[in-house]
Amino acid sequence: MGIASEALKNFKGFNLKNLPEVEPVSPGHRACQGCGEVLALRQAMKALGTNVVVLSATGCMEIITSPFPQTAWRVPWLHVAFENAAAVASGTESAFKALNRKGKINHPDTVFVAYGGDGATADIGMQALSGALERGHNFIYFCFDNEAYMNTGIQRSSSTPYGAATTTSPAGKKSIGQSTWKKNMAAIAVAHGAPYVATASPAYPIDLMNKVKKASLVPGPAYIHIYSPCPTGWRCGIDESIEVAKLAVQSKVFPLYEVIDGEYFLSRKVAKPKPVSEYFKPQRRFRHLTEAEVAKIQARVDLEYETLLKRCVTEKKETEKPEKEASVK
Amino acid sequence: MSKKIGIEVSIACAEAAGLCDVDVVAAYPITPQTHIVEHLSEMVADGHLDAEFVPVESEHSAMSACIGSSAAGARTFTSTCSQGYALMSELCYIAASLRLPIVMAVANRALSAPINIWNDHADLMYARDTGWVQIIAENGQEVVDLTIQAFRIAEDPNISFPVQVNLDGFTLSHMIEPLTIPDKAEVQKYLPPFKPKFYLDPSNPMTLGAVGMPDIYTEARKAQDEAFKATLPYIEKAWDEFGKQFGRQYKPVETYKADDAETILISMGSLSETAMTAVDHLRAKGKKVGLARIRLFRPFPAEALFAAIKNAKNVIVLDRVTSFTGGHVSGPVALEVKSILWDRKCYPKLRNFLVGLGGRDTTVENFEEMLEKVAASKDDGVAPAYEFINVRE
Repeated sequence: MGIASEALKNFKGFNLKNLPEVEPVSPGHRACQGCGEVLALRQAMKALGTNVVVLSATGCMEIITSPFPQTAWRVPWLHVAFENAAAVASGTESAFKALNRKGKINHPDTVFVAYGGDGATADIGMQALSGALERGHNFIYFCFDNEAYMNTGIQRSSSTPYGAATTTSPAGKKSIGQSTWKKNMAAIAVAHGAPYVATASPAYPIDLMNKVKKASLVPGPAYIHIYSPCPTGWRCGIDESIEVAKLAVQSKVFPLYEVIDGEYFLSRKVAKPKPVSEYFKPQRRFRHLTEAEVAKIQARVDLEYETLLKRCVTEKKETEKPEKEASVK
Repeated sequence: MSKKIGIEVSIACAEAAGLCDVDVVAAYPITPQTHIVEHLSEMVADGHLDAEFVPVESEHSAMSACIGSSAAGARTFTSTCSQGYALMSELCYIAASLRLPIVMAVANRALSAPINIWNDHADLMYARDTGWVQIIAENGQEVVDLTIQAFRIAEDPNISFPVQVNLDGFTLSHMIEPLTIPDKAEVQKYLPPFKPKFYLDPSNPMTLGAVGMPDIYTEARKAQDEAFKATLPYIEKAWDEFGKQFGRQYKPVETYKADDAETILISMGSLSETAMTAVDHLRAKGKKVGLARIRLFRPFPAEALFAAIKNAKNVIVLDRVTSFTGGHVSGPVALEVKSILWDRKCYPKLRNFLVGLGGRDTTVENFEEMLEKVAASKDDGVAPAYEFINVRE
């Protein structure tokens, strides 16, 4: 049994009856209306409680929660720069380790959380994250993936999906929008040998919170890639974030899974997948795509999902009851 | 009891950090800093130092990890130079603005290009606007003493800024010198435990590194400036108390045969040792030459330096960096000197020479040449902003 499986063998998850009341991220922050990212952040932090230290990358979640002299944070929180949240976390985790050992503090169970958007994670912060994962620090990294640099005005990142129009991958006569396929960050985290890796979505809050809780229980680094709908950048309705997030899962575009000690487990089987065109429909970032392009994307989504299914050698029973979970709207 | 031993200066620097009982060291290797961090990791591996050694994947992450560590209330040390400093510099500004008392030894090395691993002050000058206290060592004993003092200075609640201890790469870092290494109990007496005011504590949550909108940014920067301006007397106090306890007194500016000097040289770092030899040599030839050595570059000790040079007819300022001003503005040290002279309406003949770049030796003969150039130069017209010395045309 691997270290993650060992740590999770008696795991008791959240359900609708035992959701914690604690809100480490308080209301009154400055996120856009309909922001799916801050919802995901709220859910994730609820799952962790208050014995945490949060290390934030520069980005939407940093800006909207900390305009001096206000703060939305009820737990210790440090923002340093854009590309280094994982490196900062490695320093904080090391400090707590040394100070606990030397009897200077008494916080042996504090959880260290670093987070960043997809730009801070898959692009500019990739090296710092890789280093922290490789060194095996006991921390959780959340990538809140809204698929572009939304804080600076919707520029493309390596996590922007093929075909999406952004301000630096605009659709035009000679451009279909983003011309590259989305970087698979979860696979990169797995390749580092991180004991716990998962994907999650705020449209499935219980699943998200359980994954976050598991990540906190596993010794060593854990990585959770969290789908974060952005109505502002995706140009969908402010009341459509969760609908789009559900469609992403139902169309196999953003499958939910866990990788425990390198073993893949599908969290939510998509029995009757919806076509990607249905997922694209509410989002104006995709509206320029021709049928031929949509078909090309569909083929790629199918292939990636098949590849994922092949990796999921073991079916995990407890996470296999997808439709029973209530999802928020 | 203190003991005197023959030891490489880099190793002694690491030993000094160890005597300060650092909690976390996060560092990335770069020549000529390597021996410092190698020895620290060895001390941790052998159980001589109870600390976490974080072998990060870059200098950028080294300073990032130091910030995360120091913000958690741990005594934190790192070391770098040159390109490594350039890579981490983004974070150095932030460390100072967050008022984190990180101590960093910089084994001063030239900046690329061309790539060059040898000594000059390009990295020291790269750091001058970051808000760190910058102290420059002249010899191995100073490296040991300044490293210990650096923690005391950085962690003084009246200061609370990160401190850079600069030691010339190779010419100082790789020398073996007879050095007095203080006893750990003595160091503990001098250096109280680190008790930060604000830190990442789950039982008392705080938001650190918040956004500063235009309505608050200027006030935040002014507050930092005021705090930094107020550090000098506390730095001097830390040095005075060190002097009392260990018998070795440190000052922001040291002088050598400067009292009656007509011409004063201004230098920093290990080059000052050669400069003192040059002063002796020139004095033997009947030239009234003296030396002012700058030990503290930030905060800049304007009054102390002015007191040392105000009676001189000629001032020769040495800069060990090319700052590409376009030719009509002097090098960084000379700029500081000109600024304090202008403000005090004192106008000696001042010449700025660029020397010792990328490991180029500066000899006693070079100092003679500088003196001749000053003697030959006339007061009419605009003087050259700077000149290279010991360079092939």
